[in-house]
Amino acid sequence: MGETLLRYREDAVTGAPVLSLEDFLASDPMSNGAAAVRITPGEDARALLPHLGRIALIEVTFPAYTDGRGYSSARILREQGYTGELRASGDVLIDQLSHMCRCGFDAFAPAKPIAAGAAAKAVATWPEVYQKTVDGRSPIWAKRHGL
Amino acid sequence: MYQYDQYDQAMVDARVDEFRGQVLRRLSGELTEDQFKPLRLKNGLYLQLHAYMLRVAIPYGTLNGRQMRLLGDIADKYDRGYGHFTTRQNIQYNWIKLDDTPDILAELATVEMHAIQTSGNCIRNISSDHMAGAAADELVDPRPYAELLRQWSTFHPEFDYLPRKFKIAVIASDTDRAAMRLHDIGIQIVKNDAGEIGAKFHVGGGMGRTPMIGPMIREFVPALQMVSYAEACLRVYNRYGRRDNKYKARIKILVHEIGADEYRRQVEEEFAHILTLGLEPPQAEFDRIAAFFADPGLESGVLDKVDRSDPDFALWLDQNTAPHKQPGYAVVVISLKPTGGIPGDATADQIRLMAELSTAYSLDELRVTHTQNIVLPHVKKADLYTVWQKLDAAGLGSANLDLISDIIACPGLDYCSLANARSIPLAQKISQRFADMDRQRDLGELKLKISGCINACGHHHAGHIGILGVDKRGIENFQLSFGGSEAADTSLADITGPGFSEDGVVDALEKATNVYLAQRAEGERFLDTYRRIGMAPFKEAIYG
Ligand code: SF4
Repeated sequence: MGETLLRYREDAVTGAPVLSLEDFLASDPMSNGAAAVRITPGEDARALLPHLGRIALIEVTFPAYTDGRGYSSARILREQGYTGELRASGDVLIDQLSHMCRCGFDAFAPAKPIAAGAAAKAVATWPEVYQKTVDGRSPIWAKRHGL
Repeated sequence: MYQYDQYDQAMVDARVDEFRGQVLRRLSGELTEDQFKPLRLKNGLYLQLHAYMLRVAIPYGTLNGRQMRLLGDIADKYDRGYGHFTTRQNIQYNWIKLDDTPDILAELATVEMHAIQTSGNCIRNISSDHMAGAAADELVDPRPYAELLRQWSTFHPEFDYLPRKFKIAVIASDTDRAAMRLHDIGIQIVKNDAGEIGAKFHVGGGMGRTPMIGPMIREFVPALQMVSYAEACLRVYNRYGRRDNKYKARIKILVHEIGADEYRRQVEEEFAHILTLGLEPPQAEFDRIAAFFADPGLESGVLDKVDRSDPDFALWLDQNTAPHKQPGYAVVVISLKPTGGIPGDATADQIRLMAELSTAYSLDELRVTHTQNIVLPHVKKADLYTVWQKLDAAGLGSANLDLISDIIACPGLDYCSLANARSIPLAQKISQRFADMDRQRDLGELKLKISGCINACGHHHAGHIGILGVDKRGIENFQLSFGGSEAADTSLADITGPGFSEDGVVDALEKATNVYLAQRAEGERFLDTYRRIGMAPFKEAIYG
């Protein structure tokens, strides 16, 4: 795969092998080190909730950009306090980056590489946002009322 | 009416810039049509049979004179001198050049308008009661709630790639003028026993190939939790709506397959979680929005009488105006359905005239109805005669509201690449066949709706009489149905039987109206008679 990793985090990339959800759930919770796990669109992100503390990387796959289930998966994980790397992989296009960041993704492994400069610009598309999500940005309604 | 502040304006301006860049990339060949398609669709730009079509959002169908005037100017400058008002309370331009679109969007942005989310699998423009703020029967004005939802749904990052498009309607009276229960989410603003305002949610209604009436999912959501509840409804749909088959991807199929109870249970679970996140805009934000709608400038002590001495005017008055909550005012519905015309079309001059009339006589407000007409919501009774004369002189004086010639028709095969049949010529033929106004008035309220294919943009399932264009081995064929309604007594129409040719369906229609005339009881509309006597007598007349 010609993928290049775009990453908006300071910490080092985990060296742990990326397990499927099934393998991860079957693995030994007492084993050393933080794990990495991959979830596909049809898998329930909430299955990971009891384990968030020992996960360093969750890769959410996008087999087709039109399948938006991964956006909900990402938000759910962040809403429940997951702070590790949240990576979108697969059919990830430049025009989706800003929304993905808003849903909590902080790393991207697009099947077709995206230049870092163009990506940074795309992420900054929206000067303001209407919704409160998990990216910490203050929504317009909060700014209007000094909240 | 709502007015943008610097934040709203910044969002729309950012969108224009982004799209200008995308169009340049397309024109230079950097983007292929395949790559460009999802981007243009986010801006309401479709490629139709003959040209690009641009769909401009008119949030909850409300606009002011300045906006309407610009819509007329755009029709002149960038289209062929007319625009088409749609069943989603929007306007479409059918002959647009790609390289003009960034300039059109930039012009729209100067009057707080845009084409955001008028296509694609996202939350579409929110529709509402076209009589909002004027209707005598409303609990409150539904538009502040619709505006709150507009902002919440605009560029919502989680719900931009839903299984399918998503339509929300908000009303606030028991009389449903917005086909509320035929939306993905239909909200009625209600008051509970404690006297508090909240939202009753219906989820899973829709037309299309599997029409369904949305079941009630929650009786009462407190007003200050409405956004969170909507978020929960959408999240369950985004996660579990079907993505394996485009025709089963609307939320109505999910709700139908898992059942309203199970869907409700999942939403409640998600809702409980979402409430902990503090996503809801505060009361102060609702109040800020509501203040824009509070008082459009209605006067009290206005003369509450109309001079009916001109008989033609009196006919129009009785047919095309409705009671206003304020004494001395009336709601005027301008028919865009002249005999032989194209339903919903208006020329640039007509659009500008309606703009002028709104500024001069309707407190600068207009509405687009989902039945493809235009409303002047706040006209003084004393001005009605003048308004009618000006409308009539411009070909906008048809006194046919809710009569058989007030037809809803989708663009059909004249424009739409999905169509099986031509809806527009059929609508024209029908209005010509029934051109005699005395006959139309005798037939009374009769809602006729035509779709050019199973996608049902013309709402044929909800027509007292519905017509659907089907393709029968390459020949246009029309299926007839009776008994639909999109009002508070929502029902889906029943198909009569085998289809007809274009002329054949007009004949069949005429026979059906004759059955009604012969069988109706005192005070019955076509729909009532049909519901009472059933399909058999109609079938016999049509096929016998
Ligand atoms: S009903 Fe069919 S033909 Fe008519 S506008 Fe919709 S998709 Fe096109």
